Amino acid sequence: MNGDMSVIISGFGGQGALFAGILLCHAAVVEGKHTTWFPAYGAEMRGGAVNCSVNISDSDVPSPIIDEADAVIALNDASQEKFEHKVKSGGFMIINSSLSHLKTRRTDINYIKIPLNELAQKLTKQPAFVNVIALGAFLEKTKILKIESVKEVMKEMAKTVSAKKAALLPNNLESIDFGASIIKQQMVTA
Amino acid sequence: MAKVLVKGNEAIAQAAINAGCQCYFGYPITPQSEIGEYMGKHLPEMGRVFITAESELASINMVIGAGTTGTKAMTSSSSCGIALMQEAISAMCCAEVPGVIVSVMRGGPGLGNIAPAQGDYFQALKGGGNGDYKVIVLSPSTVQEAIDLTYRAFHIAIKYRNPVMLLADGVLGQMMEPAEFGEYPYQDPDVTQWALDGANNRPARNIVSLHMPEGNMEALTNRIFEKYEQIAKNETTYEDYMLSDAKLVLTAFGSVARVAKAAVKKARDNGMKVGLFRPVTLFPFPDKDLHETAKKADMILDLELNKGQMLLDVRSAVFGACPVEFYGRPAGGLLTPDMIYNKIKELYSKSEGSVQKTGAALR
Repeated sequence: MNGDMSVIISGFGGQGALFAGILLCHAAVVEGKHTTWFPAYGAEMRGGAVNCSVNISDSDVPSPIIDEADAVIALNDASQEKFEHKVKSGGFMIINSSLSHLKTRRTDINYIKIPLNELAQKLTKQPAFVNVIALGAFLEKTKILKIESVKEVMKEMAKTVSAKKAALLPNNLESIDFGASIIKQQMVTA
Repeated sequence: MAKVLVKGNEAIAQAAINAGCQCYFGYPITPQSEIGEYMGKHLPEMGRVFITAESELASINMVIGAGTTGTKAMTSSSSCGIALMQEAISAMCCAEVPGVIVSVMRGGPGLGNIAPAQGDYFQALKGGGNGDYKVIVLSPSTVQEAIDLTYRAFHIAIKYRNPVMLLADGVLGQMMEPAEFGEYPYQDPDVTQWALDGANNRPARNIVSLHMPEGNMEALTNRIFEKYEQIAKNETTYEDYMLSDAKLVLTAFGSVARVAKAAVKKARDNGMKVGLFRPVTLFPFPDKDLHETAKKADMILDLELNKGQMLLDVRSAVFGACPVEFYGRPAGGLLTPDMIYNKIKELYSKSEGSVQKTGAALR
């Protein structure tokens, strides 16, 4: 009852959890859907725990805060620990297995373990795109929005940001496709 | 104009700019700092005034200064910051100085926490300032409404020469959702009849809140209360969500109201006649409309993120027409659609049949 798709994206500051949510939300607007984004973070400038809640729906979203999520993207171990119980029965959780070696505790949800840091390093020679790769995997798994819509948002954003950030556009486009390909080719361990 | 994805705080700031706000004075505090940041970036570019004041006291007194010249000015803060402004707000009401105050509530009392809450209903409505006065208080429940009510706040502040408070909470301030700005839709009245704009070739004017001669303060207060009656007549606004046949009526304001809607929908899907009465203006409170609604209902359930504040206005409006129950959580505890739905289920069976009412009210 809390929107058609509710996802919590969580990590430590600097991993881009909030930004991945913003991309998702903008893409929802591109497709004419209703959407909300709600952040939670501590007082730290870097390294603190951050997460955002994103709802995507065909009708009004009642609460921007998610009680039970259809999906959780956990970019580190602390996020897995914190949000594992928030996943709806039958929902799924993407785990960054590069940074989390915690045992999974539930049998009523699906786990998708992806070594995001290693893959990002291999793909782009830097670990900066773990969020976008995870987003690609999430979209391929759920099909809630088209990957193309996110790419459109990335291209639009690149026009308004600094040249240094705009230069990352090719990496971002490549990362989201790569994330989707992980699911397509079932390159993941359950 | 197309919908854009925008954060509540930034939506309020941009709407204020569109409304012609010439001056922003403020002191940063979570969860509304984005308002000041946005103003700091954009107002100077436009040749308008942005000042980071040394305190909340300074901010609101700068708003008074600008307001006396008929200039559209605003400040914004959160709970403990708004507490510091109360003396000046009382003075604004007395001296009839327009101005917009945005209050993005956090957890309290004291410094509290930075979680979303609604504990400042009393602060906004019943005031911490001295004397007989009323602040017009508008309560947005979506980012779109935050924009629309910011426009309205600037207009009615000038129209009635009274401070207007936009009472939001941390959920609305921090969340992003799609919204449309449109254009400022109001024609503002002429201010040159009263504003302090230089006494060249006209008698000097005074805008003060000290009225010592015997009888003056009484006459002034009576006149200002006639104005409040006009405001109640012209500006009272509420949202009717599935009320026509509702036996159990929820009352909620701000972000809680949107959560309550989800619970109403679920209750309706399960055959329960539940509706939501959402005050949009908290002063003027839609008491007559709520009373009429209560006469047709079996029970009212008031929902708030506090220990029961609007509850007093709800009870006073209902005035015994039906029982009033309360369900709330204070200081950062949030209500979910399921929590509200479970409360509805519990009360709905109780409300049916158990309530002694006269024939007309029972269907």
